[in-house]
Amino acid sequence: MNLTLKIWRQKGPDVKGKLVDYKVNDISEHMSFLEMMDVLNEQLVNSGDEPVAFDHDCREGICGMCSLYINGEAHGPDRAITTCQLHMRSFKDGDTIYIEPWRAAAFPVIKDLVVDRMAFERIQQAGGFVSVNTSGNTQDANSLPISKHAADEAMDAAACIGCGACVATCKNSSAMLFVGAKVSQYALLPQGQVEAADRVKNMVAQMDLEGFGNCTNTGACEIECPKGISLSNIARMNREYLSASLKG
Amino acid sequence: MGILSSSIARKVAMALSALFLIFFLLMHVTINLISVCSAETFNMVSHFMGTNPIIQFVMQPVLIFGVVFHFVLGFVLEIKNRKAVGIKYAKNNGAANSTWTSRNMIYSGLVILAFIVLHFIDFWFPEINTKYILGDMSGLHDGEFRYYHELVEKFHSPIRVGAYVVAFVLLALHLLHGFQSAFQSMGMNNKYSKCVKNFGKWYAILIPLLFIFIALFHHFNH
Amino acid sequence: MSVLDSKVPKGPIKDKWTTYKDKINLVNPANKRNIDIIVVGTGLAGGSAAATLAEQGYNVKAFCYQDSPRRAHSIAAQGGINAAKNYMGDGDSNYRLFYDTVKGGDYRSREANVHRLAEVSGNIIDQCVAQGVPFARDYGGLLDNRSFGGVLVSRTFYAKGQTGQQLLLGAYSAMNRQIARGKIEMFNRHEMLDVVKVDGKARGIITRNLITGEIERHSAHAVVIATGGYGNVYFLSTNAMGSNATAAWKIHKKGAYFANPCFTQIHPTCIPRSGDYQSKLTLMSESLRNDGRIWVPANIDDAKAIQKGKLKPTEIAEENRDYYLERRYPAFGNLVPRDVASRAAKERCDEGYGVNATGEAVYLDFAAAIERYGKEQAKIHGHHDASKEKITELGEGVIEEKYGNLFQMYEKIVAENPYKTPMMIYPATHYTMGGVWVDYNLMTTVPGLYCIGEANFSDHGANRLGASALMQGLADGYFVLPYTIGDYLSDDIRTGKIPTNSPEFDAVEKEVTERINFFMNNKGTKSVDHFHKRLGKVMWNKVGMARNATHLNEAMAEIKAIREEFWKEVKVPGDANEMNLELEKAGRVADFLELGELFAKDALDRNESCGGHYREESVVTEGEQKGEALRNDEEFAYVSAWEYKGEPSDAVLHKEHLEFKDIELKQRSYK
Repeated sequence: MNLTLKIWRQKGPDVKGKLVDYKVNDISEHMSFLEMMDVLNEQLVNSGDEPVAFDHDCREGICGMCSLYINGEAHGPDRAITTCQLHMRSFKDGDTIYIEPWRAAAFPVIKDLVVDRMAFERIQQAGGFVSVNTSGNTQDANSLPISKHAADEAMDAAACIGCGACVATCKNSSAMLFVGAKVSQYALLPQGQVEAADRVKNMVAQMDLEGFGNCTNTGACEIECPKGISLSNIARMNREYLSASLKG
Repeated sequence: MGILSSSIARKVAMALSALFLIFFLLMHVTINLISVCSAETFNMVSHFMGTNPIIQFVMQPVLIFGVVFHFVLGFVLEIKNRKAVGIKYAKNNGAANSTWTSRNMIYSGLVILAFIVLHFIDFWFPEINTKYILGDMSGLHDGEFRYYHELVEKFHSPIRVGAYVVAFVLLALHLLHGFQSAFQSMGMNNKYSKCVKNFGKWYAILIPLLFIFIALFHHFNH
Repeated sequence: MSVLDSKVPKGPIKDKWTTYKDKINLVNPANKRNIDIIVVGTGLAGGSAAATLAEQGYNVKAFCYQDSPRRAHSIAAQGGINAAKNYMGDGDSNYRLFYDTVKGGDYRSREANVHRLAEVSGNIIDQCVAQGVPFARDYGGLLDNRSFGGVLVSRTFYAKGQTGQQLLLGAYSAMNRQIARGKIEMFNRHEMLDVVKVDGKARGIITRNLITGEIERHSAHAVVIATGGYGNVYFLSTNAMGSNATAAWKIHKKGAYFANPCFTQIHPTCIPRSGDYQSKLTLMSESLRNDGRIWVPANIDDAKAIQKGKLKPTEIAEENRDYYLERRYPAFGNLVPRDVASRAAKERCDEGYGVNATGEAVYLDFAAAIERYGKEQAKIHGHHDASKEKITELGEGVIEEKYGNLFQMYEKIVAENPYKTPMMIYPATHYTMGGVWVDYNLMTTVPGLYCIGEANFSDHGANRLGASALMQGLADGYFVLPYTIGDYLSDDIRTGKIPTNSPEFDAVEKEVTERINFFMNNKGTKSVDHFHKRLGKVMWNKVGMARNATHLNEAMAEIKAIREEFWKEVKVPGDANEMNLELEKAGRVADFLELGELFAKDALDRNESCGGHYREESVVTEGEQKGEALRNDEEFAYVSAWEYKGEPSDAVLHKEHLEFKDIELKQRSYK
């Protein structure tokens, strides 16, 4: 198939960017979206132009590096996948495809389609851990039974890959699904409950400091999340935060 | 903003004020409905509401505060959120993942605000003027209670009724998202959530529909 | 006498590690504050090492090329992590895990290291649970285990199909805690481009900031390399696109010996290549072979028709199918080890029986399992005269419960429904057992330079068992290196900060800058990927699953030729002082082009078949095992450690002879 691409090009963080049109021809429907981008880049390199910079790494939907806003949706039109798992059979010959970087004030563009997600790092550093020494001299793993239900629910929350699609897709650029998932994972497990109150307060404070927007419960994040992280994690975070704040 | 400095505190505050206003709507529509059944009872209740000191000096200010708070915080959030977004997408397909109502609460809210201004001009300012500036606490006009008469009077104009209908349709849309959203904001997401959602849908449609019905009833019956 | 000293402690194997720990030198907490350690790579090994060293009180500088430590490719491991906990009460023990790992590695690993790995394996699980890793649990609330290939017990702990992700996030959270405490200084989007030695000791690294292009100097008292394997030398592999061998190769060029480069694991169940544009291969969990039957058409005409798309697999009658694994290995059937299954698939495809357009795919068929499970379910639910449709429906339900997420992933990528038509699979490069040579302390041949995780030549010998990579990475990082490095650093408590303005740093930075400038100024005509793909083809065709002397000699010559052309013709657009992904790739491919040749040289030297390394010259010639791999313990029971001498072909071989005192050497048989 032959396609027209409208791609955001931006030389650097402080430079103004714009959408640029490109044509790619003879694209196989079996290609992944990023392989189509590889074809374009090979084309650009061969003609002496600079290839389009985009983040990607594992190309199997787990590292969370890839981050494209394709035709108005985070990770493109398909559901429950990342950009690298999107295949060209989702498009038709002659289509025009808009490819933009994640947009959020807290995710500034570094170059072209690459954004800076350090804000997520700082939120995690504010409390996304259990304060246990890594000596291995903890108690035996089976000395603390955890209900299968809680473990499974914690696992569902922990499946977050930190790609930022929730922020990108949110009309308010809110990071609450990301933060809610981490808060939930630990809140659901007894190991995490010891410092649950401080954790939620610190992580939310950092989230606010980073300049993410407020959640207005549109639910878009849950739909676009490649790992299907549930909105119930945001509700749980709200609960945790309220009870932590009320306790003082 | 002190206690409202955190995003979650703000969203909870928004939810609490919303639930308060949702409850107020129920009360308001109940009283208005009386006007459909009996002019006399309506006059009685209206007079009670208009002259009872607890309602006038405790509940009324609380209500006004609630309304103003909900609006002001709504605007503050909107401004903050716009700032958080930064550059907009050249192409954004919001319909793919969320409802129109959830994405446009600010617009439905603005229409409701405009309506409230109209409502104040129509009822509240004259009421305050009569009662507290002119000092006439009798509630009488030409020897009869004036409330029912005033109500009917206002629904003569088709333009006003039209505006009234539009405002309540938007209120319905606002509530469609707002009702269940308030519960989610306060951290409720469990086996009852579905129930709350469904109830919210019915509430969001029924209450505005009743208001519209009352307006049309008086418009066409007099 | 070899120049290699493995420094394995004396004494019985069971006591070596304990006794050793009791006797090594320690650094007191006040002095740890004055010691800096650089950790390059933040996967399971690097992440856990950085966190633990920081917690002990050292000042850690950690580096990763991704935008977050959480994105390291450890995250893609699906199956699980082994630990000799014996929670199932099925007779597991440290010894058994040790034995299985040595045997699975086809007796090419160092006994003492493997035993230590088994000893600390249980601790890993305790540690991860304490960190909040959500391992799967049973209804009683205790940890669940599953079993994996090549062993007789259930010792694999798992978190859905995302065990690697959860373990990495555990290590990442431990890192975050230390970053917040200021004990780890984290450098995201930084790539190490060389190591700096001062007075023969590793004292720092040169990095490039991948956002600004800035070349930076970082000094430390010790340097730890944890940058993973070199599978991308094949261009197509299950590794991440950015996975590279640059750090490992650069330290090799600065004096660290490179061990067993030819030991590479080719995983049998990956989604096949669909065309030349293919950028990477996706692994389908090994567990699928428990229920899937592998076959190709028995008639070459059917195969040709399938390749042209004129025939569907479901149209081929049962008697016209060749279930070649069941035919060749009746005892193990579809569950033969990874290397055996991979070679058998290649053999069929080489003969022309491949089942997709490229001719490089075989079927993995679940129809029989669906029918078997369906009948079982029908019986359980009392449907005595269930229709064929009902049985299929019930059977598919069981399969979905077991493998639903994998089937869904397959369908997303291939756009075929694997419940209705057989899956297509083909082997792909997955893991490299070879790597930088390290002693018992995990130190390379350069003092103060350590190498952990997949990057070292490690504990897996010539073949790694499933669910052991995660175990080794975390064992090295959490429990081994933090002890052994202290022994070395105890001499450095009075050294003070290592200055970065020394002539040694100047010289290495100059080398790095010159190389970057070369790329930027070279007036070539071909892209980096062009060369990488060509290298990959040579590696796959001549240094792939089955190797022989002729091909290996040709490969060495061809790789050298590609390398020479690369340096003349490579084209790197853009600027060096900004984010430049082509420049990053160019540096990595340049190193792969050298490593590939050493890889072939090592494969040529090792004229025996063991584990993932199969030499056509070394096979059983008669009897029941005819045609199977033949290990040669008399001549090749050693680790090949290569010393850099300029060109890869000039590398000098040093042998570390392997002694097996606690395990009897046996030839593997799966007939």
